[in-house]
Amino acid sequence: MSSTKPKPSRFYGVISALTFIMIYVPLATLVVFSFRAPTGWTFDWYTKIFSDQQIIEALGMSFFVGTVSTAISIVLGTAAALTLERTRFKGRGAFDILTHIPIIMPETVMGLSLLIWFVFLGVTLGSFSMIVAHVTFTLSYVIITVRTRLQGMDPQMEEAARDLGASPWQTFWKVTFPLVRPGIVSGGLLAFTLSFDDFLVTFFTAGAGSDTLPMKIYSMTKYGVSPEINALSTLMLVLTLVGVLVIGAREKLSSPR
Amino acid sequence: MEAVASRPIARLDRRIFLALPALIWFLGFLLIPLFIVVIYSLATRGEYGAVTFNFSLGNYFRIFDSVYLKIFLRSLQLAAVTSISCLLLGFPVAYVMATASPRWRQILMAMVVIPFWTNFVIRAYAIKFLLSDYGLINSLGMFLHLWSEPIYFSNSAFSVWLGMVTNYIPFMILPLYVSLEKFDFTMLEAARDLGASSWNSFWKVLVPLIKTGLITGLIFVFTPALGEFVVPDLLGGAKTMLIGNLITEQFMKTRDWPFGSALSLLLIVAVLVSLTIYLTNRDSRVQH
Amino acid sequence: MLEVRNVSRTYGEAHALRDVSVTIQDGQFFSLLGPSGCGKTTLLRIIAGFEDPSQGQVFHKEKRIDNVPANRRRFNMVFQRYALFPHLNVKQNVAFGLQMKKTPSAEVEQRVSEMLSMVQMETYGTRGVTTLSGGQQQRVALARALVNRPEILLLDEPLSALDLKLRQQMQVELLSIQRRLKHTFIFVTHDQEEALTLSDRVAVMNKGRIEQVGTPQEIYEYPKTEFVARFIGSINVLGGEVGDGAADSLSFVGPGKRPFIIKASRDGSRPLPSFAKGTKVSLLVRPEKLKLLKSAPGPEQNTLEGTLKEVLYQGPITQLFVQPKETQGPVWVISQPNTAVTARKQFNLGEKVYVSWLPEDCLLLEKDGNGSGG
Repeated sequence: MSSTKPKPSRFYGVISALTFIMIYVPLATLVVFSFRAPTGWTFDWYTKIFSDQQIIEALGMSFFVGTVSTAISIVLGTAAALTLERTRFKGRGAFDILTHIPIIMPETVMGLSLLIWFVFLGVTLGSFSMIVAHVTFTLSYVIITVRTRLQGMDPQMEEAARDLGASPWQTFWKVTFPLVRPGIVSGGLLAFTLSFDDFLVTFFTAGAGSDTLPMKIYSMTKYGVSPEINALSTLMLVLTLVGVLVIGAREKLSSPR
Repeated sequence: MEAVASRPIARLDRRIFLALPALIWFLGFLLIPLFIVVIYSLATRGEYGAVTFNFSLGNYFRIFDSVYLKIFLRSLQLAAVTSISCLLLGFPVAYVMATASPRWRQILMAMVVIPFWTNFVIRAYAIKFLLSDYGLINSLGMFLHLWSEPIYFSNSAFSVWLGMVTNYIPFMILPLYVSLEKFDFTMLEAARDLGASSWNSFWKVLVPLIKTGLITGLIFVFTPALGEFVVPDLLGGAKTMLIGNLITEQFMKTRDWPFGSALSLLLIVAVLVSLTIYLTNRDSRVQH
Repeated sequence: MLEVRNVSRTYGEAHALRDVSVTIQDGQFFSLLGPSGCGKTTLLRIIAGFEDPSQGQVFHKEKRIDNVPANRRRFNMVFQRYALFPHLNVKQNVAFGLQMKKTPSAEVEQRVSEMLSMVQMETYGTRGVTTLSGGQQQRVALARALVNRPEILLLDEPLSALDLKLRQQMQVELLSIQRRLKHTFIFVTHDQEEALTLSDRVAVMNKGRIEQVGTPQEIYEYPKTEFVARFIGSINVLGGEVGDGAADSLSFVGPGKRPFIIKASRDGSRPLPSFAKGTKVSLLVRPEKLKLLKSAPGPEQNTLEGTLKEVLYQGPITQLFVQPKETQGPVWVISQPNTAVTARKQFNLGEKVYVSWLPEDCLLLEKDGNGSGG
């Protein structure tokens, strides 16, 4: 595009700068103060949180719930994405809408509806109920990511494999899977990040004594500010950022097809 | 004759069964729970948090009680203030992005998206920390002798506003950017050439052509802001009861699940209305 | 021998194929030709096994195959966009089909390199397919299909993505490969020139039906329907009705009640059509059969009076456009070879001219429902 683009006025620049300051200064302060000792700098807050049994348990719980729900989402989501992109059937449109509901539904509503349902069924709230709840929203993101990848893939590829004598099963493992694998991996990373980060749905479905990291941070913040929370939050920020950067880098690598 | 016999059944594509597990999952953990919320909203709270299924609309009438109506109006007000603030702050950012060089565009895009990925409990906490009695702002203010006692920022309307705006602004910037990115800026020159003032070319040319992005952004901010409860809870203290907190309290504290269910259905209705506006708004653009 | 019997294919309300029957002999280069949406690709995909016929059957060597899945038919396809597997290199792509059949790896190696040298890609074996040019991808796609020694090779507009020069070069190569291997090739195209050049036989398709099957010459010289006549090459059309007949001729009454004479072709390959007097018909003549004259010729020739509208010099030929006097219909096109004889005759724009042709050189066909014969 060679259209002439005007330089935005200085006023717009100032407002934009202010907006970014509003977004980033609190986060930056948090990170800086996580290394701050009354005099000078320290890693004490980090050693402190790593010796806190409850925090370690919460971190472990976050990883456990994230890993299991990601694994379930990947299997169910990839299968559903294949059906949605490669077959025609009655009710396909309705199923398509169904897969998008968890994305538009307020998280509060999803959390409390699952809470009612679990209590109704007599399910004990804990890691199991959290995994079920997390899969319910991460599944949608895996389906969408894998579908996008499948849309970018010529369906003639699969026909070519069939034409060359591959059975449906061989076609999937030799052609479809290697080609959609980047989508599956991105979808999985997305699912893990969302699960790891989730607060609201977890808030309703965690039950007593099974905190995830965001839950732990929330309950700690209730008692006011502390350098330990700063350190823990910084850790969490770094973990999510790594996830996002990896997804971003993968997309950048695979986009100029 | 055999030659004209028709095929009885087309070969069934067995791949459709692959969707079955996901379908069952969504039915079992998305649709049925929602249905149960509807059933609960028609029940009544009995003694000690038990539920009596007597199917009345009582919970919905209770929403119109002045206490709850006030909470609802306050939520609407907060959502509206948040949306407009996000628009006023987000439009310049989107405009700067759309007119920037490709390289800067990428950098700015990353700067908009990254906070969107960070945990919002942490973001809210970061603001609380910044504004706390001995946080950076107060320390700086007192160090520079601008004020001598810590200003009590936290649990104020300002900290809630800051939390809401920084939380939701990416939802405003992204759709605005998408519209502005497609906008042909030579049209502004054309408008000026035809004698329009910059005010007129802004309102008569730019705004109508990015209307989709504007409406999408407003809806994307307004809808989730309406049900928000963590940000006001962490940054506003217990003083500012909102619909989100009200719902949560029915489930976590008061244990009046039927009333909480009715309130959450109200939230779903709000989402559906916004979604309809969004979809019709998008469709009208497709027809052009 | 491949036999398609009374095949129909519907998608909901839409009819992609209506009662199509065609027989393709072994070793033929057979083209399915038609405009987009005529059903040619659907027919090819039914033969390949990617689609099921709604009605009818497909037989190969007297055995019914329309219920055999694609991976068990010994046909291979060259896809329109090649459909090379981007995660495999050139060799791995070509070897794919053999590996699916669990061919011993030594044999795979040998046949793949044989095939790559046949398509002149032997030095590209380890290259990724996405790094290849369009023409090279085309060759790999061809090798990948042919290495399986298919009983029938199916080609779905394989040359349409190439530029003109490369396309002509690939046409020659395709033809020489087919002559050498003597496989049956079924070739789908919308390019009539390509179909005429390459094929032993051509099936012209329109709106889900086969209009005519024949050799390229039959299709061009003696089209059976107005659609075929108009789709292949260019042709001049006059609307009218059948007049009186004689022993060896038929008369056609055109606009302005002017009669024209039609005779059977001299070699007898096209007999005199048998229309009843008064039938609505179209008279069709190819541009190269026409002569342009300054004065009316004798009555043994058919003549149309008109005004010269445009002269386009095109190197080997010159195209002349004449507006017939008695119709408001489309202008007639006359193409003349540029020889010393024609060069001597100079025409001026707006001049009154006579277009003439021999009674053996024109066609009389039943009026096409959607033709705009003039």
